[in-house]
Amino acid sequence: MVYENPDGVKIGLEIHVQLNKLNTKMFCGCSSKYHDSAPNTHTCPICLGLPGALPVLNKKTVEAAIKVGLALEGEIAEETQFHRKNYFYPDLPKGFQVTQYDYPIVSKGKVVIEGEDGEHTVGIWRAHMEEDPGKLVHIGSIEKSKGVLIDYNRSGMPLIETVTAPDMRTPKEGRRFLDKFRNILEYLDVFDGNLEGAMRVDANVSVYGGTRVEVKNISSHKGVEKALLYEIMRQKNVIRRGGKITQETRHFDEARGVTIGMRTKEEAEDYRYFREPDLMPMKVSDWIPRIKETFPELPDAKRSRFIEQYGITDMHAKSLTSKIMLADFYEGVCKEGTDPKQAATWTADVLLGEFNYRDLVISSYDGSTIGCINDKDHSITNSVRVADMVKLISLFADGKISDRAAVEVVRSILDGEEEKTPLQIIEEKGLFKAEDDLVTKAVSEAIAENEAAVQDYLGGAEKSLNFLVGQVMKKTKGTADAKTAREMLVKELKG
Amino acid sequence: MITKEDVEHIGWLARIEISEQETVEYMEKLNSVLDYFGQLDELPTEDVAPTYHVAEIFNVFREDVVEESLPQEDVLANTEHKQDGAFKSPKIV
Ligand SMILES: [Zn+2]
Repeated sequence: MVYENPDGVKIGLEIHVQLNKLNTKMFCGCSSKYHDSAPNTHTCPICLGLPGALPVLNKKTVEAAIKVGLALEGEIAEETQFHRKNYFYPDLPKGFQVTQYDYPIVSKGKVVIEGEDGEHTVGIWRAHMEEDPGKLVHIGSIEKSKGVLIDYNRSGMPLIETVTAPDMRTPKEGRRFLDKFRNILEYLDVFDGNLEGAMRVDANVSVYGGTRVEVKNISSHKGVEKALLYEIMRQKNVIRRGGKITQETRHFDEARGVTIGMRTKEEAEDYRYFREPDLMPMKVSDWIPRIKETFPELPDAKRSRFIEQYGITDMHAKSLTSKIMLADFYEGVCKEGTDPKQAATWTADVLLGEFNYRDLVISSYDGSTIGCINDKDHSITNSVRVADMVKLISLFADGKISDRAAVEVVRSILDGEEEKTPLQIIEEKGLFKAEDDLVTKAVSEAIAENEAAVQDYLGGAEKSLNFLVGQVMKKTKGTADAKTAREMLVKELKG
Repeated sequence: MITKEDVEHIGWLARIEISEQETVEYMEKLNSVLDYFGQLDELPTEDVAPTYHVAEIFNVFREDVVEESLPQEDVLANTEHKQDGAFKSPKIV
């Protein structure tokens, strides 16, 4: 099946990613760990743009850019350099932004995503290095703002801006691209997506009969789908009513889920790009072999390897490799001798499912513990130890606890009992599987007390058996194995 | 050829106020600078590679090592416009 794209939707993305795993900023030694700090405590003459201060490029910025370029299967430039983009805005202390112009470090890459009709290739036009501006906070609401407060802690943070071809055809493809891109960046270990402002997206959107509109200020990878849905609908409605789409820049209001036209400037932007005289050009393509030597396994390769090495399903492999930290946790569990298929079920289905249910996103893995934070409230954190997962799976596999009990242990760990071991939780809650005679007793009781259900079942209503199993589980406080209970009931009733 | 309008535009881009009289004066001066550089066009440069930087230096980097930042008081010392540790600016659109 080929996706027809009836409205001729074309979506291109510009993604700004902060290289926040580096120790220092792009051109100075100020620490990049400013996220929980008071304003203007991570600045110096260079990132404040004081007269006479000279920038010197952080080597790791270039290495990260090359890594990203290789992961995007792009070309790394033989020679590359910086430009100044001139404009006045208070978040830009120098009056210009150091960026790259006609000699970006990366060009002509691609990313294959799961599109509307199977594998779909999204072209990458370029990726370049640039510095982050400072942060503005309005005093009061934006509409009634009396002024802005400026914090230059972010000023000079290294960014990579990636520009895609307009190859995405639906908002879903836009989100899938971003999810994949973000995952790749985390595999490369250049980026922590959970930090505020780590990824900012602008989108170019057009439909048949219209023209390209730019949507700015999409601050999260989740917001992108919402912003695109709204903007495509808006453009289609304008055209349906016989109106004309004007080429403009719109602002995404995430809280209201709408895009708003910004006041159009009288004249076109005039950035007067020119070469940055304070920074020397670079010839770095000879770094590629060295960088390739330590290149990490990327998501697609890891997914294939998991299927082959562990014999797990593609669904499990895809889910486990959707986050490098989850993939590492899984391999940690397997390394302890756990059956890889069991480990996949308990990690990808149960653990990840419980994370999602609680809005927990994975934020770390240190070789023995996977950590997560609440997506809506970053003060809520949680963790699960590899050793505990291994123990839990083995208790289940040995028939000591039911699958229901094992799930309950996982829930307990995530609901504030992360300090306890599975054994402690099982003992405290009495989750060990009931002795067989206890189950036998519960089975006969259930049959005796539920005459109607028994008759229904014997009359052919299979559903009634589920009810009886439920009664047995209730009587044994969930410690019976549901499968065993079912077998015993059938045997008792039908001989 | 630089016109009066060009000068006004350049003045706006640089946020510099230029009087009517200065506009004419700068127009003449900028045109003479351009004429002067125009002499380069007379030279044969087909076989000359472009020079982007007078110093033939490439690859100047620093290691990713943290250095001390300035104290907040020092950062804000030169401005009267501050609040809660931040610089304060008029509303911008
Ligand atoms: Zn600095």
